[in-house]
Amino acid sequence: MMRGLSRNGWVLGLVGLLILLLIVTKLIQPSFGASGLESVTRAALPFAFATAATAVVVIAGGIDLSVAAMMAVVGVTAAVLMEGAGVTQTWLVVLAVLALGAAMGALNGALVVATRLPDIVVTLAMSFVWEGVALLILKAPGGAATPWLREVILGPIAPGPVVSLIPKSLVVLAVLLMLVWLPLRRSRLGLSIYAIGSDATAAFRSGVSIGATRVAAYAIAGVLVAMGGLSVTLSTGIGEPIPGPYLLAAVAAVVLGGVVLGGGRGGLLGPIVAVFILRIVRLDLTLLSVDPNVTTIVEGTIMAVVVMLGGILAVRGRRA
Amino acid sequence: MSMAADQPSPAARIGRFLRDNPVVTLLILLALLVLLLQVLRPGIVNERWIGNTVKFAIPLAMLAACQTLTMLTGGIDLSASVVATIAAFVVATQEPQVGTGLAIVLSLLPAVLIGLVNGFGVGICRVHPLIMTLGTGLIGTGCLQVYQRGVIATGSVVPASLEWLGTGRTWGMPNALVLFVPFAVILLLAQRRTGFGRLLYAIGANENAARLSGVRAWQVYFGLYVLSALIAGVAGLLYVGLIKAPSLSLAEPLLLPSVAAAVIGGTSIFGGRGSYSGTIVGALILTVLNTLLTLLQMPEGARRIIFGGIILAVTALYARLTDQG
Repeated sequence: MMRGLSRNGWVLGLVGLLILLLIVTKLIQPSFGASGLESVTRAALPFAFATAATAVVVIAGGIDLSVAAMMAVVGVTAAVLMEGAGVTQTWLVVLAVLALGAAMGALNGALVVATRLPDIVVTLAMSFVWEGVALLILKAPGGAATPWLREVILGPIAPGPVVSLIPKSLVVLAVLLMLVWLPLRRSRLGLSIYAIGSDATAAFRSGVSIGATRVAAYAIAGVLVAMGGLSVTLSTGIGEPIPGPYLLAAVAAVVLGGVVLGGGRGGLLGPIVAVFILRIVRLDLTLLSVDPNVTTIVEGTIMAVVVMLGGILAVRGRRA
Repeated sequence: MSMAADQPSPAARIGRFLRDNPVVTLLILLALLVLLLQVLRPGIVNERWIGNTVKFAIPLAMLAACQTLTMLTGGIDLSASVVATIAAFVVATQEPQVGTGLAIVLSLLPAVLIGLVNGFGVGICRVHPLIMTLGTGLIGTGCLQVYQRGVIATGSVVPASLEWLGTGRTWGMPNALVLFVPFAVILLLAQRRTGFGRLLYAIGANENAARLSGVRAWQVYFGLYVLSALIAGVAGLLYVGLIKAPSLSLAEPLLLPSVAAAVIGGTSIFGGRGSYSGTIVGALILTVLNTLLTLLQMPEGARRIIFGGIILAVTALYARLTDQG
C-alpha cells in the first residue's frame, strides 16, 4: 500500500514538475505556444519510444544497451524501402520494420536466455552487431521517408483555438504506447514480466516460464524500438546509420521515471513524463541562449543529481 | 565426496582445470588467433608485428584495468574513456604554456575530480555505477567541449616524452612496457595481496557480509573510483603519445573493447570474481582480432558485426566451460 502510494506520488511529482517547467518556458518566451509545443513533442518522439522500450526490459530485470543501434537499423531499413514507395508499399514497410524490431528484440532476448550471460554483456555485444548491420544497409545517410507518412507526426491535430495546442505527434505517441502497454499490463504476460523482474526464483516456482517471458519482454521492447526508429526517419526524412544519443537519455529517463534498475517496479507513465521533462529543460536552456555545450553539462548534471537523490531516498526508505 | 566427484567426466575435468586457470584458456585462444593470422597471411607474424600488437594492446589493457577493478565490486566505469580523452586533450593543450611536468599534473586533476564524483555517487548515494559513470562521462564530455573553446587559439603539442613512451621502441619492444609492466605487476599484487584488493573481492562477493564484518564500503568505493579514473587518465596520456593527435573523441572507440577485454578475461560483471592477468590477455586477443579483421578487408559494418559476434561467442563459451563440473 505504502509502496503503491509512494510510486504514484513520484509520478504525480513528475507531472507537477513538468507543468512547472511549461510555465517557466512560457515566462522565458511569452510567444511559446502551439508551434513550440509541437516541435518539442516531435523531437521527443524517438526519445519517448526508446525510453518505453528500455522501461519494459528494465522492469523484466534486464537492460538493453543496443536500443540506439537497433533504432538505427530500423531507421535505415525504413528509409531504404520507403524511397519512392506508394501507399500500399509504405504500409507494408511500416509493418515489416515493426516485425523487424520484434525479431531483433527477440534475438537479443533469446541470446540472453541461451548464453546465460548478464544482459549487459549480451546487449553490449549485440549493439556492435546492430551498428554493423545498419552500416551494411546504408554506408552514409540516405534513403527517403514517404512524404505523406511524415505528415502523420507533423503539426497540430486540427486547427482551432484549443485543439491546435495538441500536436499530432503527442496523439500518435499516446495511442501507440497505449496499444502496446495497456493490453500487456492486463495480460498474464505483463504480470509475468513484473514477476521475473521482481524475483526470478519466486516467479519460476509460481509456474512462470522465465526464458519465454524474458524473450517476450525483449521482443516487445523491439517493437517499441522500431516505432522509435521509424519516428527518427519520419522526422528527419532520411535514414541515418550512426546511432543517435538515445541510449543514455533513455536510461536516465527510465530511472528518473521511477523504474527501479534491477526490475519488478515502475510503470510507463513516469518514464514518458521524465522524457518530456528532460526535453523541456533542454529547450529552456536553449531559449535562455545558453551555449549548447554548457547545455549538455547542465543536462548531465541534472541527470546525475536526480539519480543520486533517488539513491539517497531509496537508502533512507530502506532504513526507515 | 561422492563417487562422481572422485571420477569426474573428462569434460568436467577440463572445465575445472580451465576454471582454475582461466588464463590458460585465453592463451590457447590467443595462440589460435595468431596461428589463423599466420595461415591467412604467411610471414606476417614477426618481431615488428608483435611489437605493434603489444603497443596497441597496452592502452586498451590499461582502460580495461578500470573495468576489471570496478567489476570486482559489481560495478563498471563507463566514464573511463572520457577521462582518458580529457587527460590527453589537456596535456596536449597545456604543454605549450606550462611545460610537460605541470601539464601532466593538470591533466590528471579532472580525472581525480571525476573519480571523486563517481565515488560519491556510488558509495554514498548508492547509484548504480553504470548510470553514475555514464552521467559523469556525459558531463565530462560537455566540460571538455567548453574547455576546447577556451584553448582553441593555443594549439596543441603532444609532449615528446609521451611520444617516446607511446610510439618509441627499444630493442624492438615498445617503450610503453616501461610503464605497463610495473603497473601490471603492482596491480596484480595489489589485487591478491593487499587489504584494499581483498576488500574489492569481499564487497563484490557479498556487500552486506563485508559491511557487517566492519568494512566501510563507502571509503572503498571512493578509493576504487578515484584509482580507476587515475588509471584511465594515465592510459589517455599514453594513448595520445601513440595516436599523436588529440581530439575530443580520442579514447571513445576504446570504451566498449575495454569492457569486452575485462569480460573475455574472465572478470564477472556481477562482482567477486576475476583477475587482471585474464584482462591483459583479453586485450591482446581483441587487438589481434582487430588486425585479423582489417587484414580480411571487411567493410566497417561487417567488422563490427563479427566483433560483436565473437565477443558474445567467446564469453558464452568461456562461461559454459568454466561453469561445468
